Amino acid sequence: MEKHVMQYKTVHFTLNGKEVERAVDVRASLTDMLRNDFRMTSVKKGCEVGECGACNVLIDGEAFNSCIYLAVWAEGKTIRTLEGLLGPNGELSDIQQAFVDEAAIQCGFCSPGFMLTAVEILESGKEYTDDELRKLLSGHLCRCTGYENILRAVKKTMYRRLGKPLPEEN
Amino acid sequence: MYDMKALYEAGSVEEAVSLRMEHPEAQIIAGGSDVLVQMREGKRAGAELISIYDIDALRGVCMEEDGTLRIGSLTSFSHITRDTLIQRYINVLGQAVDQVGGPQIRNIGTIGGNTCNGVTSADSASTLFAWDAVIELTGQSGTRRVPIQEFYIRAGKVDIREGEIQTGILIPRESYENTYGHYIKYAMRNAMDIATLGTSVNVRLSADKKTVERARVAFGVAGPIPLRAVTAEQTTAGQLVSEELAERFAQAVKEDINPRDSWRASRDFRLHIAVESAKRAFLESVELAGGAL
Repeated sequence: MEKHVMQYKTVHFTLNGKEVERAVDVRASLTDMLRNDFRMTSVKKGCEVGECGACNVLIDGEAFNSCIYLAVWAEGKTIRTLEGLLGPNGELSDIQQAFVDEAAIQCGFCSPGFMLTAVEILESGKEYTDDELRKLLSGHLCRCTGYENILRAVKKTMYRRLGKPLPEEN
Repeated sequence: MYDMKALYEAGSVEEAVSLRMEHPEAQIIAGGSDVLVQMREGKRAGAELISIYDIDALRGVCMEEDGTLRIGSLTSFSHITRDTLIQRYINVLGQAVDQVGGPQIRNIGTIGGNTCNGVTSADSASTLFAWDAVIELTGQSGTRRVPIQEFYIRAGKVDIREGEIQTGILIPRESYENTYGHYIKYAMRNAMDIATLGTSVNVRLSADKKTVERARVAFGVAGPIPLRAVTAEQTTAGQLVSEELAERFAQAVKEDINPRDSWRASRDFRLHIAVESAKRAFLESVELAGGAL
């Protein structure tokens, strides 16, 4: 059998505000690297084919499924995981607190991915309709909550950040 | 870990071309939302990959001097949808690619990858067919341009030759000038689904908005590769805009398309939704063009 030659590459990137560097196996996905080399265990291994959204991270401000993203592509990028949302003493961010308050978390497996997509939505500074929010959140599967509480948590945080009152639900 | 034998990374088009010459067996990977998923399935196990994802020169949309709209092959779906030139000249393309997969897939998926796969269901493909897009390929001896209808050879097979990569998708001025279009994706789910049928129609009306100067329609999943329904297009040329014309146009698509039975849908059902989608997309396009019914 042909011998497999291990191929490594050193990548430099910013992870949750800190500049980091690692030599990675080129066969690694970004999920592999974030979990194994950096212990970012909020990045979940779900379907591993880009369908469930559990491994979602923010790369240069946009949401990506890290399971179908090569670790070597992290070079020069700014990457954020759920760990990066916490305050200096482990305080929850507004979107995390909203998920707790709205009971948008049950088993918790999908939550980190959902919250990071929510961060991309919130940081756009735009006001979205419910339909638009549903579409923006559609890249995540949740088998516990039925999505309504998640939608409510994102919507509530969106209005709070916009400094507007939450519209009455019909 | 992906089951790959080796990874070669290109930082420029020139590097990509020489890597293609050095490793003719290697698979090109752009955003990877198809290639990496296929690797997980074991379909490309042990393959060598040439990554072109880092070639930033292939990202973005611009207008060339002669009025050709150029879309860099690595432009992601979400960036196409948000692009102001796309919104102004070929908004239907932005709408079509906004129906691919889900938000994270639209951030990684590229229009070049979508077309190079040679898959009939690609959400960008029917619109690119309907707007007579031109594919630009770059190889050792420079660039060549191929009309998209010739680029697709058969299911899963496109005209990329030795040493080449796709570098751009061009929309000629003749295609977008005074032209308005609409895309309908028919799928079982609203997100994370593949089209059962994709229908892209565009029209150009006369100055008084009463007559159809030109109508074009292309389908995905109505044959092994995306295709135009030329008979339907011809029935509308020079005709007065009306509901009845929309119906005639829609019925005529059956002359040109050849959908198949698959687990997703039967041939008969696809024929049915092709007619209905063509009619609705035609009426919507006429409305966008300012026509009154």
